[in-house]
Amino acid sequence: MLDSLALAVSVPLIGALLVTAVPGRAQGLGLLAALATLATVGLVTAEVWQQGSLRSDLGGWGAPLGISLVADGLSAALLAMAALVALAVSVYATGYFRRGETDTHFWPLWLLLWAALNGLLLAADLFNLYVMLELLGLTAAALGALTGTKAAVEASLRYLLVGLLGSLAYLLGVALLYTAYGTLDMALLGAAVRPEPIAASALVLMTAGLALKAALFPMHFWLPPAHANAPAPVSAALSALVVKAAFYLMLRLWLDVFAPLVTPWAAGLMGLLGAMAVVWGSWRALRAERLKLMAAYSTVAQIGYLCLFLPVLTALPTGDARDDLLVALLLMALTHGFAKAGLFLAAGLVQRSAGHDRIDDLGGTAQHMPATTFSIALAGIALIGLPPSGSFIGKWILMRSAIESGQWWWILPILIGTLLAAAYIFRVLSRAFNLEPTPRRFVTQARTEVPALLLALTAVAVLGLAARPLWRLLGFEGGL
Amino acid sequence: MMTSLLYGGTGVILFALGLWAFLVYEPLLRKLIALNIMGSGVFHLLIAIAERGALPPDPVPHAMVLTGIVVAVSATALALAMGRRLEDDDDAG
Repeated sequence: MLDSLALAVSVPLIGALLVTAVPGRAQGLGLLAALATLATVGLVTAEVWQQGSLRSDLGGWGAPLGISLVADGLSAALLAMAALVALAVSVYATGYFRRGETDTHFWPLWLLLWAALNGLLLAADLFNLYVMLELLGLTAAALGALTGTKAAVEASLRYLLVGLLGSLAYLLGVALLYTAYGTLDMALLGAAVRPEPIAASALVLMTAGLALKAALFPMHFWLPPAHANAPAPVSAALSALVVKAAFYLMLRLWLDVFAPLVTPWAAGLMGLLGAMAVVWGSWRALRAERLKLMAAYSTVAQIGYLCLFLPVLTALPTGDARDDLLVALLLMALTHGFAKAGLFLAAGLVQRSAGHDRIDDLGGTAQHMPATTFSIALAGIALIGLPPSGSFIGKWILMRSAIESGQWWWILPILIGTLLAAAYIFRVLSRAFNLEPTPRRFVTQARTEVPALLLALTAVAVLGLAARPLWRLLGFEGGL
Repeated sequence: MMTSLLYGGTGVILFALGLWAFLVYEPLLRKLIALNIMGSGVFHLLIAIAERGALPPDPVPHAMVLTGIVVAVSATALALAMGRRLEDDDDAG
């Protein structure tokens, strides 16, 4: 019998090996592997939809000795988002990279990154998560340096070193947990963890390491140069998926493994860092001179929003209100994934066509590339959180829950961030709409423009208007 | 018990020393050595907790250390390759 969880990790891995072995056909094989991965992820999501959660022990060796994969609603939703974004990035890459050296280097690393991402979302024990985190960090740093320019290599090297520091802190936390409880399985640990100093030290070390990888303020310094200097398809994947993977792991630890340890003060500290990330990231995005740098700073702000959920989630008792908030968190993460990937892909097209991405000199972009400008506007709607985007619902539920749990002050950073986001998006759009002769066609290069357009459209229309299935996927009653 | 405490404690001290060196020193090579010392610190701790008195040592931490070494070697290699690239650029420019 075929195991869909194992396939979701092994199909992109096999694809990576194939494109390494046959570099001449890297593009075709890579696309094929991307489609196959999407199909297996679709299978996982469908099975989670029907059965609630899945677990598979590889080779028949169960915990605590063997390697297990698990999938529940949260991981299935992120897996599906990652697969759709990754497919769009793959299609875009076929048009973006010219055939030659970059092309043959892109595909193996890209499919390996995808395999690591799927492995991270499905891993059931903390040490496997460490291995997947490292694999993700290594491939991401290598992909970021693909252009080979000095700025890109410098930024990626810094990204690599920071990532290694983060994973070593995480690994020390894992070692402490194994010392105390003798298991690495997340479910077993969640049942065993008690509020005591060794578990608290592990929580602090692991959170610090992951916050470094997720670029949570004030540990975000490496992200803007690394994401802004990478090739456009890579920036899209780094900003939309890789950063979110570290956040996903942090969320798992806080909600599942260390739940008895999390005090309102600890969660409040995360919320405070998140609030500072929202304000600072949005402000720097507004001040950024380049389009891709703006998108990168906006990612810093969006990670901040996700952290704002933690104190409110901790304060709410188990029940419908908390379930709603968890769905809202997921909705924010998914919307940002689609919107930011779409924005980066569109920014790459602008950069390629204009030869630069200085926001002040983007006059006439709307006339040259209507579809691309429309994608930027759509992605912008999702980043600001205007209805009907998914982040509108997410922010709405977050603000409602903040008031209900008596922590109204978390609303302030959300309002400031939203206002600043509107300012930086409209700054780009106002530059793009300078008068020039009207173009003849809406879409100029279908292969590269349509993926960006579809991602932005999903973030705004699909997730916003069809958010209801997420409740069902997570196994909750109710909905909006 | 005493031995494992000694080894584990040394591991934690190595980790702290490595962290300090990583944060303080600028050159890439020193940062990489610092990272590897931090890694060795964690491996020390893992080897120390594998001890189970009269029983044979726990194999799980050993497996973790082996995997960790593989990861550390590849990460160091990638960082060195990138550093080399930057140096070549400097020489050419």
